[in-house]
Amino acid sequence: MSLTRRTFLRGTAVAGAACAVAGLAEAEERKEKTLPPKAVGLLFDSTLCVGCKACVSACREANNLHPEFNNGNNLWDAPLDLSANSLTVIKAYSEGSAKNKDQEEDGFAFVKKSCLHCVDPSCVSVCPVSAMTKDPVTGIVSYNPNNCIGCRYCVAACPFGVPRFEYNKTIARLRKCEMCKQRQVAGKIPACAEVCPTGATLFGSESALRAEAERRHKLTVGERTFFPRKTVDSTDTYEKRAPRYNAQTYGLKEVGGTQVCYLAGVPFAKLGLPSLPEKSFVSTSERIQHTLYKGMMAPALLFGSLLFAVRRNAKADEKEDE
Amino acid sequence: MSPKPVGGPYITGTTILAGLMVAIMAMLVLVRFFFGLGIVTNLNDGYSWGLWLAYDVVAGTAIGCGGYAIALVVYVLNKGHYHPLVRPAILASMFGYAIGGTSVLIDISRWWNFWHILWPTYFNLNSVMIEVALCISIYTTVLMLEFAPVVVEKVAGWTRQRGGNLHALTSTVEKVLDKTIFVLIALGMTLPTMHQSSLGTMLIPFGYFINPLWQTPLLPALYLLTALSIGYAIVMFEATLVSDRFSRPSEARILGLLSRYMTAVVALFLVIRFGDILYRGKLTYIFTSHGLSYAFLAEYLLSITGVILLLSERRRMAPRFQFIAALCILSGCVLYRIDSYLVAYHRAGWRYFPSAPEILITFGMIAVEVLGYILIVRHFPVLYSAERVNAQAPASE
Repeated sequence: MSLTRRTFLRGTAVAGAACAVAGLAEAEERKEKTLPPKAVGLLFDSTLCVGCKACVSACREANNLHPEFNNGNNLWDAPLDLSANSLTVIKAYSEGSAKNKDQEEDGFAFVKKSCLHCVDPSCVSVCPVSAMTKDPVTGIVSYNPNNCIGCRYCVAACPFGVPRFEYNKTIARLRKCEMCKQRQVAGKIPACAEVCPTGATLFGSESALRAEAERRHKLTVGERTFFPRKTVDSTDTYEKRAPRYNAQTYGLKEVGGTQVCYLAGVPFAKLGLPSLPEKSFVSTSERIQHTLYKGMMAPALLFGSLLFAVRRNAKADEKEDE
Repeated sequence: MSPKPVGGPYITGTTILAGLMVAIMAMLVLVRFFFGLGIVTNLNDGYSWGLWLAYDVVAGTAIGCGGYAIALVVYVLNKGHYHPLVRPAILASMFGYAIGGTSVLIDISRWWNFWHILWPTYFNLNSVMIEVALCISIYTTVLMLEFAPVVVEKVAGWTRQRGGNLHALTSTVEKVLDKTIFVLIALGMTLPTMHQSSLGTMLIPFGYFINPLWQTPLLPALYLLTALSIGYAIVMFEATLVSDRFSRPSEARILGLLSRYMTAVVALFLVIRFGDILYRGKLTYIFTSHGLSYAFLAEYLLSITGVILLLSERRRMAPRFQFIAALCILSGCVLYRIDSYLVAYHRAGWRYFPSAPEILITFGMIAVEVLGYILIVRHFPVLYSAERVNAQAPASE
């Protein structure tokens, strides 16, 4: 049988379509990522935070960072936002007369910013050279400068705007919260949770933290209850009336879930926590990529077909020339 | 009749101006390497990717897709009469990609680690970027090899007069290249299909940062189509410009025939893009996205104008309309790429507009391309005579 161009093209088209369909069927299988077995995390309860910024200060000490002066007279350590020098900051929400704590109108509230250690982190997915990794056991998202090429894809892709880069250095690197993993190795807990006087920032196993969040949601407003400090299972507790919480805990579902979760009395969007879909954005990009490049089948098929076409048509050209 | 060096003076007003811009760029690049990105760019943690990435890499490599687009017509659709357009297209592509690669090197902060993108132990195969980086690196090499016969041809002409072993060597190289070039050509079509679509996929992790008029799971398909659209448009743009600037007879007939592929691809792009927006129910964003609404309309109208201009046979064969239409499509599709990476990417509380040094470095990169192209076509056998180009073109296909 002589292979005409028409049959060749038809064959290629059919094979290509078959590959694409097979790939797409496969594509649905990119499983939603789940919490690692021994996931650790932080629970931040905005209603307990008094804005003392002890966490900011402790974070500096634990991670060798210096104070940031932003008010002109160099009197206070006043970081305005996360930066390559501030891995956690306390931000305030205020509205109207700002007299009532944790109220949306005429109220104020504090929120702690730092890495949320996503279950399905964008930074880990997009990093071309594996400089961003998620610990398979603890789920801590870390940065390895030795791998990093400085493309800053992670900075552009993080849905929470967490990773920050040193733009003004010749030998620049990225900085982000790594949940004080160096302290955890030494049996300590993250510095921010260690120093928090009200237990607004709690460290613990992710399952215990989520259970604690659920417990607080079930409390009746005004009911007397105990709040732990430092760690979720701590014996260091104090009694306080239960506040009014938002209906949801932030971080259970957002972009596939996060290991740093938030409780608050004012809407999360007002605290700069964006409303996000349950499916992570990178699950879509990974699905597309792994569909098209599954076993390099489609590229190999394309290359093979093109090789065939070029060889055939180049020969035809030579004959014409003769 | 084979292609010939165009000849003529190397030092002209254009080359001096381009040389000057390259010199300014070189100085600024040195400053960037000594003092970091912050001193020359306006990049920040909200906009960590700026002009260099959006223009030099994302738009620039598409502008370097002329070779890819022409190769598809010549070798897949088997239209041999477009063959004379291949060499100049490959040359321009080589520059487009080399510039894209160089810009990445300047842009990445930890450039001394750049080799990690080629070293398998570092690869993160979930990252769309590793595929793009690898593919672009390999393709840039392929383009250089595809262009190698032109250089070897020149060298062979020179060694022929000397004879001896040297000439034997160049003849061997010539033969090897001739026998293996089909592999390079096939690779040269596979690789851009891969990384040009992936350049679109690279935006998907940005999620809600990108306006829904641009953010879609169809990004890889739209990026592949714009790569081809820009590829054909740049070939037409360059050919019409070169004919004019080098005072060569026009290649209007062959370009007129070629333009139909361009308009077909652009039309397909526009239909899919609009259909996708409609399907996702984001039509209202066309009217409610403030400045971005205008950006969207500008892209769309420019591309449509290019297609409409070339609908009539008379205009399709006229160099003036070929030039205008190619320019419309080129700007429409390049804008689409820049918009999707930069303009439609929104980070609350952050601002970015490229700094003067950033812009000067990009201009310097364009100057390198222009200067390189001029010097090479004057010195090396790249361009065929227009008589031959048009003589090969059938009256219709």
